[in-house]
Amino acid sequence: MSAPVETRWGRLANFWADFRQNPVAVAALIVIVAVVLMAIFAPLVAPQDPYNQKALDLFDARLPPGEVGSGGYVHWLGTDAAGRDLFSAILYGLRTSLIIGMMAGAFALVLGATVGLIAAYHGGRIEALIMRVIDLQLSLPAILLALVLVALLGQGLPQLVAALVAAQYAYFARTTHGAASAERRKDYIEAALSTPLPARKVLFRHLLPNALPPLIVVATVQVANSIALEATLSFLGLGLPLTQPSLGSLISNGFQFLLSGRYWISIYPGIALMLTVVAINLVGDQVRHVLNPRRSR
Amino acid sequence: MIGFLIQRVLQAVMVMIAMSVIVFLGVYAIGNPIDVMIDPASSQALREALIQRYGLDRSLIEQYFVFMNNMLHGDLGESFIYRLPVISLIWSRFPATLELALTAMMIATCLGIPLGLWAGYKPDSWSAKAIMAFSVLGFSVPTFWIGLLLIMTFAVELGWLPSGGRGPVSNILGLNLSIGSLEGWSYIILPAFNLALFKLGLLIRLTRAGTTEVMSSDYVRFARAQGLSEGKVVGLHVLKNISIPIVTVFGLELGSTLAFAVVTETVFNWPGMGKLIIDSITVLDRPVMVAYLILVVFLFVIINLVVDLVYGQLDPRIRVKAAS
Amino acid sequence: MSEAVLRVKNLQTQFKTRTGTLKAVDGVSFEVGRGRILGLVGESGSGKSVTGYSILGLIEAPGEIAGGEVLLNGRDLTRLKGDAMRRMRGAQIAMVFQDPMMTLNPVLKIGTQMIAAVRAHDKVSRKEAWTRSRDALAKVGIPSPEERLDAYPHQLSGGMRQRVAIAIALLHSPAVIIADEPTTALDVSIQGQILAEVRRLADETGTAFVWVTHDLAVVSSLADDICVMYAGRVVETGAAADVIASPRHPYTAGLLASVPAEHEPGERLPQVPGSTPSLANLPAGCAFAPRCFKAGPACTTTPPVQTFADGRSALCHYPIESDSCQPLSSTSTTYRSAS
Repeated sequence: MSAPVETRWGRLANFWADFRQNPVAVAALIVIVAVVLMAIFAPLVAPQDPYNQKALDLFDARLPPGEVGSGGYVHWLGTDAAGRDLFSAILYGLRTSLIIGMMAGAFALVLGATVGLIAAYHGGRIEALIMRVIDLQLSLPAILLALVLVALLGQGLPQLVAALVAAQYAYFARTTHGAASAERRKDYIEAALSTPLPARKVLFRHLLPNALPPLIVVATVQVANSIALEATLSFLGLGLPLTQPSLGSLISNGFQFLLSGRYWISIYPGIALMLTVVAINLVGDQVRHVLNPRRSR
Repeated sequence: MIGFLIQRVLQAVMVMIAMSVIVFLGVYAIGNPIDVMIDPASSQALREALIQRYGLDRSLIEQYFVFMNNMLHGDLGESFIYRLPVISLIWSRFPATLELALTAMMIATCLGIPLGLWAGYKPDSWSAKAIMAFSVLGFSVPTFWIGLLLIMTFAVELGWLPSGGRGPVSNILGLNLSIGSLEGWSYIILPAFNLALFKLGLLIRLTRAGTTEVMSSDYVRFARAQGLSEGKVVGLHVLKNISIPIVTVFGLELGSTLAFAVVTETVFNWPGMGKLIIDSITVLDRPVMVAYLILVVFLFVIINLVVDLVYGQLDPRIRVKAAS
Repeated sequence: MSEAVLRVKNLQTQFKTRTGTLKAVDGVSFEVGRGRILGLVGESGSGKSVTGYSILGLIEAPGEIAGGEVLLNGRDLTRLKGDAMRRMRGAQIAMVFQDPMMTLNPVLKIGTQMIAAVRAHDKVSRKEAWTRSRDALAKVGIPSPEERLDAYPHQLSGGMRQRVAIAIALLHSPAVIIADEPTTALDVSIQGQILAEVRRLADETGTAFVWVTHDLAVVSSLADDICVMYAGRVVETGAAADVIASPRHPYTAGLLASVPAEHEPGERLPQVPGSTPSLANLPAGCAFAPRCFKAGPACTTTPPVQTFADGRSALCHYPIESDSCQPLSSTSTTYRSAS
């Protein structure tokens, strides 16, 4: 192992050196990068714009993979009931899923970290109350909370993200609180608090950095969870409408054709979903392993 | 011990009251259910009559107290859609969900603990690595998607098992259950396995983590130094030590399995409570939603309480703390 | 004198790591006679605990015994595999560990753990096993042993737990007990009681003890013989009283000089300069040379074992020579503890 270098780049280089010890995690990272790139450049890569109703032709409906449709190009992954090219639909669906996953993850991170920091900073009754609520929320499955919230707020992208955030911020709050309150009890924080230094300086300078490594791990996993949760909600018919397909709604849309042997309408979007979610989880696992302070080198 | 018990029960009651308020207010904030129930063209008089019948003209607080009062008398209201008492509606769906969840938990336990033990006992073997990879799949791949794959493989391609539905039921101990007949099993096995996968992944990881920790402990070294056989070391020391987290998780996860059944029931068209709640949400059948949620929260609170008590029985160190 | 029950010959234990092979135990030899106590002394990292584990065959991967013999009543334990070795452990040769808080399973009653230990070797009824466990507890001086059997470890004090561990080790009247710093975690007063108990047990039962410790004070009050280890090698052996009175190896002398009891209060304690070398990069020749006040030009080559007329030996080019004792030879490799 190389000697620890205490510059930002040095630390990053060390992190990478440790990370790449696991070839599976590296492969997963490559998958993620590829998926993200494909999602970003979907309009350039996809042969068809699945949102454009005019471009769809019902004669092309339910073509099996490999057939040539009226557009004159090969539908490598087949088409769905509306004649959408599935490859294009999956690229656009990935886009929607990733945006929702990352937005939900980011908002939940900010909200959760704030709540956790506030609890750790104040201590006493405020801390007890906040953490009691958080614990209660954590004991309920996220899917149930998201289900109720979507039912309450109605369908649509902002509502969906809000439901995902509400269902998941508690994980971030718990993690931040754990790391920050351990630090809070140390003498130097007490010392800093007794000086006229503004409280938020203590919060951001000392408490937050200590909570960061576990937060990064939780964030990775929660993005994957958000994507999976969104797909599940969409599958249950409580997510986004099919005019704005995410991977979940694509799968749901193809479900009815599964029994009649037209597997591709459901299966290919599902494979894209699975690859994405599993890859993020594998990377998250390795990041957890590398950042674990108790790990023996 | 009694003081500990009373404290926990009081806490549980507080949680229940708080949740009932939240659920009630939350659910009743959604649009007007009357619009869903009746034809928009129907007369104003019919509308008013219905509003009065369901007490929707009264203030929210009044409605809540009426609701609570009724609930304490075992009356959770009447479904807007089915026009049946919610309690009997949910109760009629309950056995299906219960047997699904219990079968799933059984599958998860019977596979998860031995696999986790093995993976923790021989962490460097390739079989242990395969088990761990499987566990990652188990809890990261969405349940509904695995359900689809199971249907495609075993129902569509191989044609071995039915693709959904519940099949014949027989009356066991007053409940209508599928697991009384072989044909019933052919219907329950796929959804139960589907529901089990997440818990299976979790249980494997948990058991493995516990096993590696115990295997590297001084007391296992000491037990080996006494000449205990490896079977005895695992059977006596490892199993007893990992039983604590496993019982906790098993208990807590029973509740979440009931909740997760929502997804599996939809995929396999299994006529349980989960299917009922999804249908109720799409048609805004408020009383069913409220009753289901309160019931689930109630289950969670009870399970948490029981797990806490069992935990104390299993770990002598906690028992002492609670007693002093 | 009696015949040695345990004879360790040229024991080698290695750990294979990414950076290379670490020789944690490098050619250790010693003997213990029936009813005698051998103090195996060294700093942490000297290989004394690994020696203990190696004798019982409890070395786990990536470690392995690379060579040498462990003869228990003439039988080589390093050649025993699997179940044959298991049947020796606990029955013929037992071990007591350092931290009594950790060696008993916190979630099992003392009785459960002792009954399992009895039944690991003797197929007797639970009731019979219980009776024997009770008697074993009584033998190590534990009051009201019936109640203790029904207790969980956390209900007992540290000293009491260590007595339980010793009682478990004694269950099958083994020929040898390896004790790995068993009193280090205890109060000094409790330590004294336990040492007295062990001395009595050794005399009464004839069980031989290998007492692994870093504490020379413990050894001086308990052991018959001493074996000092440094960096995986035995550097000095001899009868306990002799070694403590006049150490031959500079390292032993340094250790003795830093025992507080030997000095006036307020006086600055002399220390062995430097720190224990890493096994990964030991100096060539004598591993102690860089810290040694007597080091000379020869110390870059492997030091010889010098045997003296009084049966003692030291692994050194320049041993501290007392007036009466010149080195006898520098060939013998085995130290005999039996006098």
